[in-house]
Amino acid sequence: MKVLVNTKVNGTPVQEAVTPRSSLADFLRDDLGLTGTHLGCEMGACGACLVLLDGAPVHACLVLAVQAEGGTVETVEGLTETGAVADLQENFHDRNALQCGYCTSGMLMSAQALLARNAAPSRDEIRDALSGNYCRCTGYEAIVDAIAATGRARTAATESAQTAPTNTEAAE
Amino acid sequence: MKLPAFEYLRARSPEEAWHLHSEVEGDAVYLSGGHSVVPSMALRLQAPSRLIDISGIADLYGVAVQDDALRIGAMTRHAEVMDNPLVARHAPLLALAAPHVAHPAIRNRGTLGGNLALADPASEFPAAVLALRAEIEIIGPDGSRHVPADEFFLDLYETALAPGEILTAVHVPLPPAGRVFAFDEIARRRGDYAMVGAAAQADLEEGMVVDASIAFFSVGFTPVRAKAAQAALIGAPLSRESVARAQASLAEDLDPPDDPGFPAHRRLQLARVLLGRVLNQMETRP
Repeated sequence: MKVLVNTKVNGTPVQEAVTPRSSLADFLRDDLGLTGTHLGCEMGACGACLVLLDGAPVHACLVLAVQAEGGTVETVEGLTETGAVADLQENFHDRNALQCGYCTSGMLMSAQALLARNAAPSRDEIRDALSGNYCRCTGYEAIVDAIAATGRARTAATESAQTAPTNTEAAE
Repeated sequence: MKLPAFEYLRARSPEEAWHLHSEVEGDAVYLSGGHSVVPSMALRLQAPSRLIDISGIADLYGVAVQDDALRIGAMTRHAEVMDNPLVARHAPLLALAAPHVAHPAIRNRGTLGGNLALADPASEFPAAVLALRAEIEIIGPDGSRHVPADEFFLDLYETALAPGEILTAVHVPLPPAGRVFAFDEIARRRGDYAMVGAAAQADLEEGMVVDASIAFFSVGFTPVRAKAAQAALIGAPLSRESVARAQASLAEDLDPPDDPGFPAHRRLQLARVLLGRVLNQMETRP
């Protein structure tokens, strides 16, 4: 028997009847056509299916669609559209931090959540944040590089925004 | 794999939960964070006909000091155990254990209550609540009861929970001044199951150990209290000699399984090494 689910996906309210056995990942991909969320292991080990649920990265393969009732879901499509991860994507591209790209949307979710709470993470902290994300092509070095570079750039941008008025005053 | 089909129902109260549970005697499973139930269904380790979502029950939420204990609601996510200031202050052993539990995304959804109810012998929290001498709060058709952690973990994935009962909270006794804590594990990869892990607390008075509580995990079918090692520490200061005595007595406490790739004697040796590390952390972190 299907269960009615009300949720918000990438800013749009969604109401759908889902079968209880549907994971959030299946719901996003099959019912909503949001195929940027990838399914790898379907048992919470590989991290390819990470999405943001109420702002925190979760495995969309381990969350039932019915459990997203009342929640807010953001997928890689949503974060791409708003430009929230544009700099991360740019840095992944610049550093060849992907080959096949299957793991990338999950990597972006972990990276975005890490940088939101720790703007300038160390390489160890980045590796810890990625401990649940598998990449079978590149190894992790370039991915860690891309996230570290994004963190540095975001921190620099924030600092220059904060110091900008002072500079203006000094110029006056 | 995709999950086998099941019926999904939401319970708003404990009464509603066990009513729904009793309707399909023996074939219903409670769902909180779902991070053990869902993968076990994906792996076809279980296929209940009904999942009862208990995440809407208000009693399962909240972290607060209640009488002389910290009550941590069963729905408290691992990430919150890691970050909650009351946990850090009154039950630091849980906050020390939390970063070792799986990976960040799992910690955002997995719940303390679900973790304890599963009673995975390789998991961190069961050993931590054992070392903390916490009590498990359980509610069921016959009322509410508190079970000491020492009497809660019975066997592999087997606890004192009777069918239909719900684990509602953990009560951690407020620590006296002078109590020190340490937690560590040896794992092949960050976030992987530990080959051996230990949670420990000790009460120091004028430099002397007057009480010690030590629990190991990944050493058998349940988390194991290291009684002989505890006894070896009491009545002396934490020193190289007392640590060595505790390490030597571990063979009385632990009887790890003999795996083809991981013989029992090697796991016992790792446990000794780990006990040394944990006790040294206590010395250096007052």
